[in-house]
Amino acid sequence: MVTIADYAGIKSAWCPGCGNFGILTAMKRALVELGIAPHQLLLVSGIGQAGKLPHYMKGNIFNSLHGRPVPPAIAAKIANPELIVIAVSGDGDAYGEGGNHFLHAVRRNHQITYLVHDNQVYGLTKGQTSPTSVPGFVTKSTPQGAPLPINPIALAIAADVSFAARAFAGDIEHLTQMIKLGIKHRGFALIDVLQPCPSFNFKNTYAWYRERVYKLGDDYDPSNKALAFERAQQWGDRIPIGVIYRKERPTYEDQLPALKMEPLVKHKLDPRQVESLLSEFI
Amino acid sequence: MPIEMNFMIGGEAGQGVQSMGFLLAKAFSRSGYYVFADQDYESRIRGGHSFFRARIEDSPVYAIREPVDMLLALNKETIDWHSKELTPRGIGIYDGEKIKLTSTDTKLFSVPLEKLAEQSGGKIMSNTVALGAALGLIKYDFEILAKLLREHFGRKGEIAESNVKAAKAGYEYTRTEFKGELPHPLSSTGEGKRMLLSGTDAVCLGALAAGCKFVAAYPMTPTTPIMEYMASKAKDFNLAVVHAEDEIAAINMVVGASFAGVRALTATSGSGFCLMVEGLGLAGITETPIVVVEGQRPGPAVGLPTRTEQGDLEFILHAHHGEFPRAVLTPATIEDCFWLTVKAFNLAEKYQTPALVLIDHHLATSYNTIEKPDVSKITIDRGEVFTDDMGDPAQYQRHKVTPSGVSPRAFPGLGRALVVTDCDEHGEEGHLTESAEDRAQQVAKRLRKMNGLKAEIASPRFYGPKKATNTLIGWGSTYGALSEAVDILRKEKVDINLVHFNEIWPFPTKATTNVLNNAKSIYTVESNATAQLAHLLRAETGKQVDGKILKFDGRPITPAFITAQMKKEGYL
Repeated sequence: MVTIADYAGIKSAWCPGCGNFGILTAMKRALVELGIAPHQLLLVSGIGQAGKLPHYMKGNIFNSLHGRPVPPAIAAKIANPELIVIAVSGDGDAYGEGGNHFLHAVRRNHQITYLVHDNQVYGLTKGQTSPTSVPGFVTKSTPQGAPLPINPIALAIAADVSFAARAFAGDIEHLTQMIKLGIKHRGFALIDVLQPCPSFNFKNTYAWYRERVYKLGDDYDPSNKALAFERAQQWGDRIPIGVIYRKERPTYEDQLPALKMEPLVKHKLDPRQVESLLSEFI
Repeated sequence: MPIEMNFMIGGEAGQGVQSMGFLLAKAFSRSGYYVFADQDYESRIRGGHSFFRARIEDSPVYAIREPVDMLLALNKETIDWHSKELTPRGIGIYDGEKIKLTSTDTKLFSVPLEKLAEQSGGKIMSNTVALGAALGLIKYDFEILAKLLREHFGRKGEIAESNVKAAKAGYEYTRTEFKGELPHPLSSTGEGKRMLLSGTDAVCLGALAAGCKFVAAYPMTPTTPIMEYMASKAKDFNLAVVHAEDEIAAINMVVGASFAGVRALTATSGSGFCLMVEGLGLAGITETPIVVVEGQRPGPAVGLPTRTEQGDLEFILHAHHGEFPRAVLTPATIEDCFWLTVKAFNLAEKYQTPALVLIDHHLATSYNTIEKPDVSKITIDRGEVFTDDMGDPAQYQRHKVTPSGVSPRAFPGLGRALVVTDCDEHGEEGHLTESAEDRAQQVAKRLRKMNGLKAEIASPRFYGPKKATNTLIGWGSTYGALSEAVDILRKEKVDINLVHFNEIWPFPTKATTNVLNNAKSIYTVESNATAQLAHLLRAETGKQVDGKILKFDGRPITPAFITAQMKKEGYL
């Protein structure tokens, strides 16, 4: 049986009070509750404070370039669909440097979970504006104030994401549920985690979020795209968390004929197979 | 008397110049001839001017030749620009009902291409009529062409028969109407057993033979046919081909697939490779084997998208910040494209680092007859792989420091070993570190792999005698032109030979130094403006070349260009 102890990692370098701690706890709990062992798991992360998360737990780990955890994650999944693949990013990583990869992975519906630590600020480079910073956010890189942010959930819904959830790093139990749903989902699952940054974001604090977040109830229908689009944009006094949009549709992997057999990584390689093709060129 | 005949088909983009040229080349390959064919086209879908050259001989041929024996003109520009290239016995076929000529060149023979095409089912088949007309002039066996057309248009039965009819109309027309002296009749020399391959075809077959299971790419001339061909075989050969959102994604996908344990390839052009450079370093530091095919075209930036150059040698040798090992192979021939792609996969996995196959537009898009490769000679060497039965998986370290620098790879999920790697500097176990000791150890470990790699790189190829007064030196696609230039000059009693690099990095310093010590006057020949090979030779061997022949107008180097330049520069 898998236990939390199996997921014990090295000591973290995060700031005290960082929202990442809650995310790390929820991640481990979700995996344990799903009975996934570290060797069955592939964590692919980018660069930023979020990108360090895999090092602080256990699993197969590919800590990738800034903005680019998604391309290697989806390719590893194609190479070996038996792996549980989770990509881990921050808001700058996922929606800034990696914006194009994000959009197209959503569109193609790859079978991975994408956990984005969204603290609305750049932490690793010490406090610059991020793609999700609130308008007017004054930083050293934006002394005039940040421009309008992008809304990752709305963006994903526009690309017909098959699963989009928002969670809050301060509600570990709910976040654990969201991660579990994301992992179990067939297709691309985006989980955007609202995460306080005690070092550089003094506005969106734990207290600020606690006053505002509310859980979507059983009466909410995540399959209603128009409603989901509206809910995704609710921000300010009330911020919904939960599965905002869900749509069952074929995954990218479903459409690859080569994956109908055993995983590509288990195929025997035999140069003689090409013999039949050679004659086609005569 | 050796048989040698040079065809050119010219017309606008959209007139079927390339497909007719291919069929012509294939017809001769099928009947036992050797063929070298190249394509010249503009970056547009319709209009403009493009041509296809096919050189047919009864002995092996590896380069193009400028004089044209038979010109098939589908538009007036082809006559205007190329009729002067006709040999004294050459013949140009054109449609006199469509093209009004002011000249009365007796070498030009009018065939009502469009009228005959319309009578066969549609004027779109004017090119097929021209093809039939050309083959009629040399009394070629029509049945070989008919069979080819049926294969080519096979999926569309009716269209195939209309094309056969159109070709026959052209064939009969020249057989009965042409009264002049026939150019060299080319009868079939028997059933051809050779393959007619383009450079990109050869790369694909090499990749499939090597067990490539994953391709991610973004379309870009001249390597788009690689992703397309591999995608067409994805089902039968059980591989995944992803059309990525951009080149950055493509290379990062290839790294991810390889990390998971499959052989993976991407292909792009020089400007696409610019975008991939970041991912190249990712493969370097995470020690992930990847194969990248780079098809050079004239740069910088978009440059001349459909033309050729060898301008990326120094770029590809040094691309990326920081230091890590890489292998760079520079196929000289289309046959090389096959074998060196296979080799690239083995080198990449054995040394867990990028292996780059550097071709160019000319090599990628040219066709050559090659003998069927003996695939039983292919070995698949996946390098050192860790499996759970080899030790305690809990103690597995992905980046273990070893004397060779190679740390056995484990594949995530296939055993209990946890595979950890990082694009940050990492310790032996793969977790990020800023320790000075780890950093120094890992850099040195990675670079130690160069020693093993160096021993794998072949010595440069010789053509002609081992010792000569004059030595030409080249790399990559110019081999065919250079070796033929040596033949031409030797017939003129010039004492000359060729040294050619088709595997260039890690640079074969020792072998090259020995070769150059034996040479008297050395001349590099390259399709670039800054003599990058000459620079590399100087850096690696200390030798300065006696002269440089450079061509950077986007057009391929030919034997005639080399011999003319050698004389013009006073090198001989």
